[in-house]
Amino acid sequence: MTQLLESVFGGLSIGSVLLLAALGLAIVFGLMGVINMAHGEFMMIGAYTTFVVQNALKKTPLSELYIFLALIAAFIVAALLGLVLERTVVRYLYGRPLETLLATWGVSLILQQFIRSVSWQFVAGVGTFCLLFFGGSWVLARRPNFEQIRGWAIAVLGLLSALIALVFSNILGQTFKLAVTKPWFGTQGVDVTAPKWLRGGLPIGDYQLPYTRLFIIVLTAACVFGIYWFLNKTPWGLRIRAVTQNRSMSACLGIPTKTVDALTFALGSGLAGVAGVAVSLLGSVSSNTGQAYIVDAFMVVVVGGVGKLIGSIVAAGAIGLVSYVIGSNALGPFVSFSPFLKSFFEFFATASMAKVMVFALIIVFLQFRPAGLFPQKGRTVDA
Amino acid sequence: MAQFGRREFIILSSTAAGSVLLKACAPSTTTGGTASPEASPAATTAAASGDVIKVGILHSLSGTMAISEKSVVDAEQLAIEEINEAGGVLGKKIEAIVEDGASDWPTFNEKAKKLIDQDKVATIFGCWTSASRKAVLPTFESKNHMLWYPVQYEGQECSKNIFYTGAAPNQQIEPSVDWLLKKYKGQPFFLVGSDYVFPRTANTIIKAQLAAKGGKVVGEDYIPLGGTEVTPIISKIKAAMPNGGIIYNSLNGDSNVAFFKQLQGAGMGPDKYPSMSVSIAEEEVRAIGVEYLKGHYAAWNYFQTVENPVNEKFVAAFKKKYGEDRVVNDPMEAAYIMVYLWKQAVEKAKTADDLEKVRVAALGQKIDAPEGPGVTMENNHHISKYVRIGEVRDDGLFEIVYATDKPVKPIPWNQFVKETKGYSCDWSDPAKGGKYKMT
Repeated sequence: MTQLLESVFGGLSIGSVLLLAALGLAIVFGLMGVINMAHGEFMMIGAYTTFVVQNALKKTPLSELYIFLALIAAFIVAALLGLVLERTVVRYLYGRPLETLLATWGVSLILQQFIRSVSWQFVAGVGTFCLLFFGGSWVLARRPNFEQIRGWAIAVLGLLSALIALVFSNILGQTFKLAVTKPWFGTQGVDVTAPKWLRGGLPIGDYQLPYTRLFIIVLTAACVFGIYWFLNKTPWGLRIRAVTQNRSMSACLGIPTKTVDALTFALGSGLAGVAGVAVSLLGSVSSNTGQAYIVDAFMVVVVGGVGKLIGSIVAAGAIGLVSYVIGSNALGPFVSFSPFLKSFFEFFATASMAKVMVFALIIVFLQFRPAGLFPQKGRTVDA
Repeated sequence: MAQFGRREFIILSSTAAGSVLLKACAPSTTTGGTASPEASPAATTAAASGDVIKVGILHSLSGTMAISEKSVVDAEQLAIEEINEAGGVLGKKIEAIVEDGASDWPTFNEKAKKLIDQDKVATIFGCWTSASRKAVLPTFESKNHMLWYPVQYEGQECSKNIFYTGAAPNQQIEPSVDWLLKKYKGQPFFLVGSDYVFPRTANTIIKAQLAAKGGKVVGEDYIPLGGTEVTPIISKIKAAMPNGGIIYNSLNGDSNVAFFKQLQGAGMGPDKYPSMSVSIAEEEVRAIGVEYLKGHYAAWNYFQTVENPVNEKFVAAFKKKYGEDRVVNDPMEAAYIMVYLWKQAVEKAKTADDLEKVRVAALGQKIDAPEGPGVTMENNHHISKYVRIGEVRDDGLFEIVYATDKPVKPIPWNQFVKETKGYSCDWSDPAKGGKYKMT
C-alpha cells in the first residue's frame, strides 16, 4: 500500500515539474507554432528572480512568505522579457520555424552569458551605449537626408558609442574596482532556500511527502486551471483561440492579431518564470538551470500532441510515472517470479538507464502516433 | 573589458582577421612520430630567456567547469603575484599566459600544445576534471613537458610528466571510509555519484575497501552529470536503508543541489542519514545553501578553517585581492602551493629551461602549506597531504572533526583494487618508473 502510494506520489511529483516546465512551451508552441529555445532561460530568469526576492525580503517580516511574492515577480519579469523578445526578434520570423529556432537559441546563449557576467560596470557600459546609439540615431533620423547617409551614420555612430561606452565603463572599473566589476550572480550557482514551512514533509506511515513537492503539485494545478479559465472564459482567451484557428479570418473580423501574438508569447514566458520559481525549490539556480529542463519539456509537448493542454497534462503524468517506476525499480517486487524480468528491470533501475528507457519508450510511441496523444488541427497544421 | 568586445565587432573583426593571419603564418607543429618518452631528450624551453619566465595556466574559463576552475586560476595568479613581489624566481619575474580549456577536452589538448610549442612556457599549471587531464597527458608525455595538477582525483595513474598536488584516494576517500566505519559502526553504505570516471572509480575502490574491512554496501546509483531529478534515488535509499545509514556522495556540480534539497524534504536528515561528500567544498556549500547541508560531512585535505599562521596569511591575502566575501577551498590551496613547489624546484635546479633538471629537483621539495607544515613532493610525483574531515556548520564553513597530525604519504596505485594491488611508482629511480611490482 505504502509502495503504491509512494509510486503514485513520486510519479505525480516528477510529472508536475515536467508539466510546469512544459506549460509555457506548450502554449507558445501549440498556439503560435513558434519553437522557443530560450524557454529554459526564462525559467532560469524566474529562478534568479526568486533569489533576488528572497534576499530583498530576508530581514523583513515577510521573509517566510517570500515565495508568493517571488511567484508574482517571476511571472512579471519573465513575461516582460518575453514581450521584448517577441517585439524585437520573434515577430519578424513568424511562419519560419527553423529561423525562429536558431534565433531563440542564440537568445538563450546570450541570456546564459548575461547572467554570468552582468555587473554594475557591464550595465553602465550597455546603458551608455544604448543611450548614445539609439539617442543619436533618433536625432539623426530627423535630418531630411537621413536615408542617404543611413549606412554611414549607423556605422560611425555605433563605433563612437561603443568606444565611449568602453572607456566610460573602464574608468568606472578603475575607480571603484571590485564594487562595480564584481558580477551580480557570477558563474557559481546561487542558493535559494525554501521558507521554513516548506522544508519538512508530511509523514504518512514511515514515508514522508516533501512539502516542496506538494507545493509544486498544487502550483501546477493552479496554473493549469488558470490557463484553462483564461483561454475559455475571457475575451482575450477567445481571441487567442480564434487567431489559432484561422488567423486571416480573425484579422478580417477586427481581432488585433499582433497584440494577440505578443500577449500569447508573454503569457508563455511568464509561465516559464513561474516554473523557474518551482524548480529553484528543488534544484540548483545557476546559469545552466534551464537546460536541465528544456529537453524534458519538449518531450512532454511532443508526446502530448501540439496545442492541446490536456495532451501535455496526460503526457507529463505518464512520463513522470514511467521514469519514477523504472528509476526506483518499483516493479521489481512484482516480477520476482521471473529471474529474467527481474534482472531486466534492475538493469534499468538507475537514474541514467531509466532515462534511456524513457526515451526508447517515447521513440516507440511516436512510431505509432507521430502527432502525439491528442493531435490537433490548427495553424501549424495548415501552414 | 572583454565583455564589451562583442559589440565592437568592427574593431574585433579586424584584430581577429589579423590573428587568424598570424596563426596561418606560424609554423605548424606536429606531434606525430615522436618516440617514447624515455627515448626523447628532455624538453628544453626558451621560457627563461630575457628577464621573465613564462608559465602557462590552463583551466576552463567558460563552460560547465568554469564554476570550479575559475577560482583555481585566481589562487594560481595570487601565488604568482606574491612570488613576483618577493623578487621573482632566479631574479626573473614570472609571466603567466592564461588559456581557456572551455570545459572541452580536445580544446585542452590544443591549448596545451599551443602553450608548449608557441609560447614556449617553462611549465603548465592546469586541468581539473580527470577527462581533461587524460586528454592532455599524451601531449605532455610525447613532448616530455611538465604539468602541475591541483585536484583530488581517483588515482590509478602515475605519469612522469605530471605533478599531482591534489589528494590520491588513500589521502581522501580511504581514510574517510575508515572514519565512517569507526564512527557509525555496523551502518550500511549507499553510494551515490555522477555518471563519469571519477565517481565510478572511487566507488570501485570504496566497495573493495569495504569488502576487505567488513563494511556493507546496500546500493549504488549514478545520476547523469548535471541531472536534477533525484526522486527515484531518494526512494531507493529509503528502501535500502529504512533505519538509516551512511550516504557516500561523489556527485558533482548541480546534481548536489537537487540531491540535498530533496533529501531534506524527504525527512532524511544527517542524524539518521549522514552523508560524506568528496566534491563539496566551501564554494559549493554557498551555492547549495547551508540550511540543507548543516551536519553533513566532507572529506578534504584542507578547509578554510584550518588554524595555522600560514593559512591565516593565505586567506587574508586571497580576500584582500578578490573581495571579502570570497572563500578558499581545497583545490585552490593545492593550486596555490604547487606554484611555490615549482618555484623551489627551479631555484634548486638553478634553471627553469632544463625541464629534466627541474623535474628531478622537484622531488623531495618541502613546503609549509596552508594545510600544514612539511608537505613534501614524493618520488611518485604526488605530494604528502594532511587528511581532514569537516562537518558543515552554520556559517557555511567546516568544523574540522578529524585531522591527521602529520602528512599522509600518497599511494597512486590503489592497494584494494585487484588490478593495481602490489604496484607502486618511483620516478627517482629509472629502473622502477611509473608502475612497478613491489616485492
